[in-house]
This record gives sequence, structure tokens and C-alpha cells, in this order.
Amino acid sequence: MANDLHHGWEAVIGLEVHCQLMTHSKIFSGAAIQYGAEPNTQACAVDLALPGVLPVLNEDAVKKAVTFGLSVDAKIAERCVFARKHYFYPDLPKGYQISQYELPIVYEGHLDIELENGTTKTIGITRAHLEEDAGKSMHENFSGATGIDLNRAGTPLIEIVSEPDIRSAAEAVAYLKKLHQLVVYLGVCDGNMQEGSFRCDANVSVRKVGAPKFGTRTETKNVNSFRYVEKAIEYEISRQIEVIESGGTIRQETRLFNPDTGETRAMRSKEDANDYRYFPDPDLLPVVCTQDYIDAIRGSLPELPEAKRARFEKDFGLSPYDAKTLTSSRELAAYYEAVVKDSGADAKLCANWVSTDLLAVLNKQGKDINESPISAAALAGLLQRIADKTISGKIAKEVFEAMAAGEGGADDIIKAKGLVQITDESAIIRAIDDVMVKSPEQVAGYRAGKDKLFGFFVGQVMKATQGKANPDAVNRLLKDKLAG
Amino acid sequence: MHTLSISELAEGLRARRFSSRELTQHYLDRIAAHDRALNSYVTITAEQALLQADAADAALAADNAGPLTGIPLAQKDIFCTQGVRTTCGSKMLATFVAPYNATLVDKLQAAAPQGAGMVMLGKANMDEFAMGSSNETSFYGPVKNPWDLERVPGGSSGGSVAAVAAGLAPVATATDTGGSIRQPASLTNLTGIKPTYGRVSRYGMIAFASSLDQAGVVARSAADAAYVLQAMSGFDPRDSTSVDRPVDDYVGALNSPIKGLKIGLPKEYFAEGLDAGSRGLIEAAIKQFESLGASVQEISLPSSPLSVPTYYVVAPAEASSNLARFDGVRYGHRAEGAKTLEELYKRSRGEGFGAEVQRRIMIGTYVLSHGYYDAYYLKAQKVRRLIYEDFKRAFEKVDLVLGPTATGAAFKLGSKTDNPVEMYLNDIYTIAANLAGIPAMSLPCGFVDGLPVGMQLMGNFFDEARMLNVAHQYQQATDFHKQFPQGFK
Repeated sequence: MANDLHHGWEAVIGLEVHCQLMTHSKIFSGAAIQYGAEPNTQACAVDLALPGVLPVLNEDAVKKAVTFGLSVDAKIAERCVFARKHYFYPDLPKGYQISQYELPIVYEGHLDIELENGTTKTIGITRAHLEEDAGKSMHENFSGATGIDLNRAGTPLIEIVSEPDIRSAAEAVAYLKKLHQLVVYLGVCDGNMQEGSFRCDANVSVRKVGAPKFGTRTETKNVNSFRYVEKAIEYEISRQIEVIESGGTIRQETRLFNPDTGETRAMRSKEDANDYRYFPDPDLLPVVCTQDYIDAIRGSLPELPEAKRARFEKDFGLSPYDAKTLTSSRELAAYYEAVVKDSGADAKLCANWVSTDLLAVLNKQGKDINESPISAAALAGLLQRIADKTISGKIAKEVFEAMAAGEGGADDIIKAKGLVQITDESAIIRAIDDVMVKSPEQVAGYRAGKDKLFGFFVGQVMKATQGKANPDAVNRLLKDKLAG
Repeated sequence: MHTLSISELAEGLRARRFSSRELTQHYLDRIAAHDRALNSYVTITAEQALLQADAADAALAADNAGPLTGIPLAQKDIFCTQGVRTTCGSKMLATFVAPYNATLVDKLQAAAPQGAGMVMLGKANMDEFAMGSSNETSFYGPVKNPWDLERVPGGSSGGSVAAVAAGLAPVATATDTGGSIRQPASLTNLTGIKPTYGRVSRYGMIAFASSLDQAGVVARSAADAAYVLQAMSGFDPRDSTSVDRPVDDYVGALNSPIKGLKIGLPKEYFAEGLDAGSRGLIEAAIKQFESLGASVQEISLPSSPLSVPTYYVVAPAEASSNLARFDGVRYGHRAEGAKTLEELYKRSRGEGFGAEVQRRIMIGTYVLSHGYYDAYYLKAQKVRRLIYEDFKRAFEKVDLVLGPTATGAAFKLGSKTDNPVEMYLNDIYTIAANLAGIPAMSLPCGFVDGLPVGMQLMGNFFDEARMLNVAHQYQQATDFHKQFPQGFK
């Protein structure tokens, strides 16, 4: 599809995703990793690479990497090795980054993505290796000098490398979104792209459709939003086709995406690339993951999005669309399940309230499900009042709005606003009689066969009862009365 | 006082024959009187030493003391000491003051019972970043051998051995990457032990070659070494390569009989290159061991001729990586007036590192480069495995391996500085133990033309107790180790 846009050219894309792991401390030191702390307040002697200090591996980082590996059906290395990757830069205190090279912890996995045409495509995951993040160089506000913040130095990452299975920017985005949802679901990563917790390098090349070999690729670094990834890849595909069609050749190089212009530009070519001089880090022992260890982690894996979606469709009778919406995050799914359980109300009704009303309120208030102004228990309380006919569905909307505005729980609001549904038939009959007396023409018309006027009477009765009359009772009693 | 053994010092302190302050002051006075000639200390911490001594005296009075409480020592200037500068023999770290102690420093100097309560006299001179076999690469000047001031004390722990040999410290810490404890001990009539790799924490010890570096001790006898090694050994959660296993009772094992001990003599260690005088002394020592009830057999360590080339790939490779952090950005020497980042790096490192360190960084960078890694580094690691297997086979037959420590006695200052390869060959007998990770020690076995000569004992993994026991039994039967250099008595 997307390839047709490029007149006989095909893009070949592989993505490298750097994903910060949600551990309490750094991968090789005890320093904390809270985002946004004052510069250099979360950097200890190990992070500063003072002489004589040594790295000690954070076991939780290993556990999270294995958790990820299992969730993409990958192999977990029985024995993996940390290696030093050397280059000089001021925000890399040791002069090398501790990473994994020949023996990564996770290899040979895959992720299935859904394409726009509804089909599924499998994207191979070559490997995911553990490594430490670098610090940050700050080039502004230092009167010509560069500031170094080492708070981020040593933050645990997994770098997830895909196979070059992706063929369009849209597929790349679908893969990234799926991966993002997965790592957040697993509690492996907070997924905050603005803070750089989840960032992407895109390897892009183009070739004539059907060509046996890949073209020369470029790598666009550190693109940190889904939209930018899409734009950067689109730009890069078009640029490469244009270069080749006008007789040029693609240079293997690293490029940077500029969000303001939507363009990528060359940063450094392969010739200027560092020789990283990888070798096994002698300060760290090989990591051995036993089958028991792997099995224990497998046993504690949360239900993954796809399985949850299938279960929601099956157990709750939800439409695929609703199931997808409600499982888009683990928290939302948990919220929904709590509402169903606590309210005892119809699961589809609960789904409507959560996916329509609640999400609209959250969207309007710019809040996350975790910050919802209405707790799952509170929403369940409201739905119970519908189920037990204390209020009608229509009145419930009004109560819901008040709850969202922070006016209290459903029962308090129903009581305070006098919204309890009128189920007392004599009261409803009085209202019907009143309406019929005031509307003789309509009564005559209805009785002469104008059935459509029935709605008018319902409206008038509900109005007279401020919407509190039980709609079922109104319908039934009206029919009797009008029949004469 | 400076001729007393560690156990005699400990007993003297307990019996109040002298206080730790008096003992410390005695050593500080000797340092003031003699170190101008030797240059064994880079930094003397007199004030702090006396404070530590007072604390030790209080602990002794309150009966809160361990066996080493109040006994002074010199710390090799490779160990980070909180509040006291740690230079590692380099201009690069001329002003570096660590905000933490090396684990070894805490273990030896913290008050009992957390530590041994020893008193630090100062930081001992050393070859720059422990790269050297003569102590001539130190930015703080060469150290002289107390047995002949025109000769080198060996290296890299040259300051440590010179201080102990001349009675400017009762004992000193040292480190050994390819022989830096044993070769200088041999050249200064001391007993020096490099324990099994992983026995002593490397945390806070400035790294030269991480997979080879091991801390140990130089002392005037095996018994003295046993006391201090006992205190500095043990698992450290801050060093992933330290080994979590209990420390044997080194002191308690000293007096075990050695009858029935099987000693292996590697024929490769007695081939060409060993000086005739040294050979004679070692042969005499072998007879001594036989008279103590040991049996001797020839063994072969066929891969040992490959030790030096293997070492000079592995050690520089790791060094080039370990020393990358000295970039002038966060601490250490920073060149002035650099206009670009690259210039800052090049000039800071060019000015901060001496010639030998630069040479090894270049070798290491080369052997790790793309396209050369397999031919050098990977190949060296394979040979390293063969060397380890040589020892594994040997220890199926014998308890200890005995041979020379160095090719001869101390050489003259400046005599080998123009030829790095000749200098590297100094470590021909010591390097294999580092490559294999096994414990090894040197102890005095006599004199050639008034210069001391040592012999080397190599043991199986974690067999330090047996090695110290054997060395102690030898020293009970001989008095070479009791000789003291003229001019420092």
C-alpha cells in the first residue's frame, strides 16, 4: 500500500529502541533515577567514574530484561556478557559505556503488528541487550561552556533491535506503538517519550521492489515521538529515492531529525564512525540465567494486551473495538474490571460508561486513568443505582457529571439533588392524568391513530417529574391510559 | 622498635611497653631522617597518623583492640584514601582526593571490630598507574633500593618495599598485576604475597588491568604478612569479582608441620636467563625444604614461555580502557587553554600521563582495534586458558610450585629504561600467576654480592594458608629475612 506511493520503490526499515527500565536505582550503582532532579544530585562515585570504583549489577534490571524477552517470545541467554564500548565524550564518564555485544541477554523474539488492512504482520526482534545510559551535555546557558549532568548516566536501558522486516513508516509506527504498550504493560518502562524513557533510532534503506539485496542504509538517531518517527522515515524514504533517481548514491551515515522542518540531515558518515573497541568487561562476571530463574519470571508475567483483549471479548461479550480500547493500558483494563466486579452491572453497560463517558472526562481534564476524578468503586456505585432502578440511565449522566466535578459519591449527589427515581405508580399516574388534561388535542390525535405522538407524552411526563419517573413504568402506564 | 615483628609490636602495645603514638612517632621520625634518600613516600600523613594512633591507644586501653590495632603501615598510593590525596604515581592525579576509602583501607584502618585499627603513616611511591618494574616511571621520582641506593627497588610497589625494607614502616600494602608485589619484595629482601584473584577487594584500588590486579602485602616475614593479609581479605559486595568464601586462618596455620609437602620445580623456570647466583641460592633453598620433610619433583609448565607476550596484550588492553576515564573533564589534570574538546582530551592526557603509560595505552588501543581484536586480544585470552591449565595439571601432582621470582638481584637505576622489552622481561617468572589467577609469593633466600635474592612460591587457588605456613617454616630454619640493610639500622 504505502509502497505504491513510491513508484516501484520499497523501503526496508529496522528500528532500535532504547527503553529505560523502571528500576529504583541505576544499573551499576545505588544512585536513584528519578527524572528531573537537580543536575548531578543523582550521581555517586561510580556514576562519576572516580578512580577505583567498580560496577555492581542491579538484579532488577536483569529481571526486567528477561520479562521483556519472555513477552516477545524470545530466547533468554543462559549466559550473557557485558562488554565495554569505548568512545570519548564528556557525558560518558568512564570513556566507555557498559553494554552487551556478542552475547546479549535476549535474542530471537518477535512482535505481531496489525496493519491498516486488518492483516497481521510479524516483525522479528533480533536482540535486546542491557546497557547503561550516558549523561547529558547541556550546551545552553553556560556562557560558551558545556554543562554536564550525570543524573542519567548509568540509568538501565534495554536496546531492542528489530529485524529489517518493516516496509513503511506506518508499519514502523504500528510496531513502535505495540512495543510501547507492551513495555508499559509489563511495568518494564514508564514509556514517557518526552522524558526520553522510550526513544528510537531508525535504520532506513530503499530498493526497487523485487530487488534481492538491501540498499545502503542510513540511521536516524533519537527520534522521540511516534509522529516524528513517521515523518523522519517518510522524509528519509523520499530523500533516498530522489538521490538514487537523480543518479546519486546513498552514503552510509548517521542522520538527525529536525522536528521543526520535518527533515533529516547528515551527522556523521561511516568513515568518521568510532571504532568502539568492544571487549568483555573484566569488572563484571557473566550473567547466568538458570531455567528455574526464567520459569519463575515467566510465572509472574502479567496478562499481556492480546490475551486480555481476547478474554474481554469472550468473558464480557465486548466488541473487538471496546475490548481494544479498554485494554489499551493495564490500568484502564484493571479499572474496567473493578467496575464490573464492584457494580455487578451488565459488563457491556460498564464498558460503555468507561470507554465513552469516563475517557471523555479524562480527556477533557487532561488526566491519566490513575488520576481519574472518579474511582472505579465510585463509578461502580453509580452503576449500581441504575441497576437497582434508583435512577434512570439519563439521570445517571447528570450524577456522573457532578461526580466528575468532584461533588461527591453517587448516593450523596442523588440524595442532595433529589434525583431518586419515581417508581410509585400513583405519582406517575397523577402526572399522566395532568398531562392528558392539558393536552386534549394530542390525546385525540393519538387516539385517532397518530402513534408518533406517544413520544410527546413520554417527554411531557418526564418533564413533569423532572426526569425522575421510571421510564418503563411511564411507558406501560401511558399506554394503558391513552388506550382509554 | 623498627626491627620488631608484627606479633612483637602487638604484644608491646598490649603490655604498654610503648604506646601506638610512640610507635607511630618513631616511624615518622625515621621517615623524616631517611626518606630523603629513598623517596619511598609520595605523601606523609603525620598529623592524621598521630590522631589514629591516639584512637588506637584509647581502644587498647579500653580493650577494644584487634591484633593489629595501633600498628603503623604504609599504603601504596594506588588505594583511595578519603581526604588524603591518591596520586597513583601520576601527574594526572597530582591533586586528586577521593571522597571514599578503598575497601582494603577501611578493613585495615577502621577501628576494631569493623576494621583492624592500623595507623597509616603515608602513601607509598609507585610506578605510574602500577606500570613498571623499577619504580622509575613514577611522576614523583624514582625510589632507591635501601640495599644499594644506586639500584632500583623493583616495581611497581617500589615505595612499599623500600619503606618496609628500610624500617620506615613495619608493613605495607601493595598490588600485583604481573609481579608488582613479588619482584620488588625479591629485590629488597622482603616477603610479599599476592593472594588468589578475588581474595582481596579491588574496590577503591585504581585499576590498571582489572582481570589481573590483586592487592596484597609486603612484610619482613611470612608471619607478618599472614597477620595483615588476614585483615585485608574477604568478600566485598562492591567488587563483583571478589569471591564470597570464608577467609582461612593464615596466622593459625603458620606452625603446621610441612612434612610430606610436595614441591614442583617447573623446568621452564630454571632454563636460560636465570642468573647463576640466584640459581645457586634457590637450589640451596630447595635442599632446605627437603630437610624440612618436603619432597621435590620436576614439573613442566609448557605454556610459560608465552606468559610475557600474553600479558603484554591483555594488560595494556584493559589498561587502555581503564584509563579512558582520565580525560580532564571531571577531575585530574586538565590542560589549560584548550580550544576544542579534542584538544582538551589530547593535551590533558598527553601532559598528565608519562611515557610508559602512554606506550601501554597505545598498545592496548591497537590490540582492541577492529580487525586486530581476534588476532591479539582473543588469541591472548586463549593462551591465558592454556597457562591456567598448566597450573591445574601441576596442582594435581604437587602442593606448591617453587621457582625464581626475578631473573637476578636489583639492577642499577637507569640501566633498563631505554629498552622497554628488557624491562618487561623482568616479570617473566611472575606473570603466569596473574594470568592464571593463582596465589603467589616471594620470600628471601640469600644474597648475591650483598644484594638480596628472593624465591617464588605459587599455590593452588585459595591456598594462601599453606603457602604462608611453608614460608614461615622455611624462615624458622633460616635467617635471610632477618637481615637489615646497612645505613638504615
